[in-house]
Amino acid sequence: MQQIAQQLIYGIQLGSLYALIALGYTMVYGVLRLINFAHGDVYMVGAFVGFYACTRWLPFKDLAAHPEAAGANIALAVVALLLAMAICSAMGVLIERFAYRPLRNGLQKADAHFWGLVLGFPITGLFMPVFSGWGPLVAVAVGMGVGFAMRPLVAWLARRVKLSESRLNALITAIGVSLLLENGGLLVFGANPNFIPNILPEHTYTLPGGVMVGSSQLTILGVSVFLMLALRYIVMYTRPGKAMRAISHDIEAAKLMGIDTDRVIAFTFALGGALAGAGGAMVAALTHVKITPLFGLLPGLKAFVAAVLGGAGSLPGAMVGGLLMGSAESFVAGSSLSMFRDAIAFCVLIIILLVRPAGLMGRHVPEKV
Amino acid sequence: MRWLALRTVTVVGCIAALAVVSKLLSANLDTYVFLVVIQCGVAMTLAGSLNLINGITGQFSIGHAGFYAVGAYVGAAWTVLWQPIAVRYLPLLHLGTPLGDTLTLLIAIVVGAAAAAVAGVVVGLPSLRLRGDYLAIVTLGFGEVIRVVILNIDAVGGARGLTGIPTLVGSGDLAFFWVFGLVVAVVALSRNLMRTTRGLTWLAVREDEIAADAMGVDTTRVKVTAFVVGSAFAGVAGVLYAHYFTSISPDVFGMDMSIIITTMVVLGGTGSVSGSLLAAIVLTALPEFLRFMQDYRMVIFSTMLVVVMLTRPQGMFGHGEISFATFRRLLGRRRAGGAKP
Amino acid sequence: MSLLELRGVTRRFGGLAAVSDITAHVDTGELVGLIGPNGAGKTTLFNLLTGVYAPSEGAVLFDGKDTRGLRPCRIAALGIARTFQNIRLFRELTALQNVKVAVNLRARSSLFSAMVDTMAQRADDARLDGLARECLTAMGLEQVADTRSCDLPYGLQRRLEISRALATRPRLLLLDEPAAGMNPFEKQDLMQLIRTIQTTFDVTVLLIEHDMKVVMGICERIYVLDYGQLIAEGAPAEIRANPKVIAAYLGEETD
Repeated sequence: MQQIAQQLIYGIQLGSLYALIALGYTMVYGVLRLINFAHGDVYMVGAFVGFYACTRWLPFKDLAAHPEAAGANIALAVVALLLAMAICSAMGVLIERFAYRPLRNGLQKADAHFWGLVLGFPITGLFMPVFSGWGPLVAVAVGMGVGFAMRPLVAWLARRVKLSESRLNALITAIGVSLLLENGGLLVFGANPNFIPNILPEHTYTLPGGVMVGSSQLTILGVSVFLMLALRYIVMYTRPGKAMRAISHDIEAAKLMGIDTDRVIAFTFALGGALAGAGGAMVAALTHVKITPLFGLLPGLKAFVAAVLGGAGSLPGAMVGGLLMGSAESFVAGSSLSMFRDAIAFCVLIIILLVRPAGLMGRHVPEKV
Repeated sequence: MRWLALRTVTVVGCIAALAVVSKLLSANLDTYVFLVVIQCGVAMTLAGSLNLINGITGQFSIGHAGFYAVGAYVGAAWTVLWQPIAVRYLPLLHLGTPLGDTLTLLIAIVVGAAAAAVAGVVVGLPSLRLRGDYLAIVTLGFGEVIRVVILNIDAVGGARGLTGIPTLVGSGDLAFFWVFGLVVAVVALSRNLMRTTRGLTWLAVREDEIAADAMGVDTTRVKVTAFVVGSAFAGVAGVLYAHYFTSISPDVFGMDMSIIITTMVVLGGTGSVSGSLLAAIVLTALPEFLRFMQDYRMVIFSTMLVVVMLTRPQGMFGHGEISFATFRRLLGRRRAGGAKP
Repeated sequence: MSLLELRGVTRRFGGLAAVSDITAHVDTGELVGLIGPNGAGKTTLFNLLTGVYAPSEGAVLFDGKDTRGLRPCRIAALGIARTFQNIRLFRELTALQNVKVAVNLRARSSLFSAMVDTMAQRADDARLDGLARECLTAMGLEQVADTRSCDLPYGLQRRLEISRALATRPRLLLLDEPAAGMNPFEKQDLMQLIRTIQTTFDVTVLLIEHDMKVVMGICERIYVLDYGQLIAEGAPAEIRANPKVIAAYLGEETD
């Protein structure tokens, strides 16, 4: 009994993280009917921002040496969280602007510039040994130069671009962005796993019945719940939130009603990115999980399953789905089938899609985003 | 009768030509280049078979590595685990003799294809209820479940992988023969299908399922058949891979493999057989030749993938096929252009 | 006996009855019209006849056989073919290929023989090719056989849909607004064509149409639907004079 309760608490911690990521999936799916495969990698970036904020950028003090710094560290942790949210929402907007918007509106000049630049840097990187003596500024300048030189290539490829209705195209683009973020991450952050030393005071509370709850678990749950409530407020009561809901009902009609759909879509990605960033930063700072550039992949997929489980497009669905997924995984991990813990998500997905493709709350809750 | 004779000549000629080329290549080609050629062949089969499901029938299946894995593991399991038992009762299968090797490999192919086909049915059934990207994710998930299951079967090595598979494909320098024989089979089958009236029903399912149904096309049957045929070929590709490289491990058949195969089909232009084959060659050979790029390789690769998707959504070659007619047309256009004053 | 018989057919979506308690029949060789204001349930009725939806209550009998539980492809094989209100051609395929998809119902060869390209397969394909071209010619489309269907002009797309439906060799042909979007001349042509195919292909026709001229001009008998219910049935002249029909179309006077 005690063990079950313990699993459940771990499940809720895991589940609230999944829910945070799942909200991003579900919002984007709601407005664009697109599975934003790269969302899990935004979460990864959030974790790395958290990691760098905690170890390099912000003056955290090691609690083992300076126990009196606990209060200051908590304040800094909030700053780190906000930083991760800001960077990740910018990331989400960037991805939308340059990878998904051209799918809808066609490739513009700015897009060609952007992708030329993205191509230019790794190509320059190839010749890094040549520049290494000249300092990083020269390398960046050369990278930009090569990037601009790549633009005509991209533009030439796009000379007869025909918009495609195919969803497979969008999916492959999303997968490509995901691969790009992962491999770019490997390049920038390195492949070695990183983890953060103790920077926040850690208490363990014992509940009646001998069940243990850590303060980090409570923090994750508390922050997640707060963010979800904030999101709900934004979606239900603010103008951009209303516009999001309008778009999720009918994007064409929303356009005709004068809604700047591109902006609202960008806003949706910003919201989703912020939530994923918060999740990533909390995981990095609080759970001592080793973070690598590839570690967003599995949580991302599981969160996606959570979104589908709850009913893609439904916000409460994503939250419930996330909690269910987290608990299911925690119980499987605690049982004799622990080696299948990563497969359980897909089994759940397959079953739910076959039994109830609309998801748990896909139909009953008309509130769609 | 004339047709039968012609057909016999074609098939026998193909086999003979493949065998001769196979001997020549393995004798003259650099080992490393030969390896890449074989890998290209396997990739071409995978792309061609996925094209049947994805391009021609329009079912978004993106977990093809799962079928590849099932074929490889079941085929290898036969050769490593069960063949030694079978050989006690059937001395004909004795390894080391050309007949024994060939028979063992053929049985591995049949067993691997059958197992992959069964997996294809299991994965194909959801396609009856799911559309578009939901189906895509389910197939991706199935591929991953298959990998995790293999990871946990100790008899085939679990995470360590299965090693010590006899090199039945390589023996007698016939690796090229088997691998490209399979490619020819996939191409011939796809081509025949696309040319016949019956094959049009597969395209109809891709274009508009409801209309196809109303016109009397049994869409259920078409979809499941496409999955079965496509996955069976992937399974055979897996068998050949296992018996050429002599060791397999679950991480060869991971999600990234699935994604690469899907990319081949999409880059090639959905539905275009020649396009997916060409993309398979490019995507297999290119990273090999880009080895000097080391860490930057995958970044450039993924950026190119996005750029191609944004600039040529219909794939490199669109729906069209590259055939002799294309070359004739290209030549003709040039001539016509040259004739202008 | 009637070719098609509807016995108290009802279809509900949630609480709303899109079609309720319809009893009607179409006899062999007839040309029957189905009219009614927008949203009256005409297309829903077609979907019920072709198995896209199953009736919530009642039964559809085709040639005395209950079609309940049959998938659309089986119903097509029984001999009911249809066109769609919002054209649903196989867009990337040519006109001829579109028709050939439908002609498969009359194929004798198997999928396996198609894959290995046998002699029998080729002979059968040649036969099917002839059948398909015949259907194209019947609708005057032989000139555009090799044009991609999405590149065809609207009027020809509508004709191609009819041609494709004919290729299944139906006994009952359901036409869903075949004249929609056509100009008066094209409509004249179409009326002529429908009459011609009715005799040459020996097919019974049930058609939905908004253009009264077309309906009154070619139909022998007309059913009128309003709010999912059958409000009138009869010869064109009777329908024209029926006060219920006039009310349904023009609205009742209230004061």
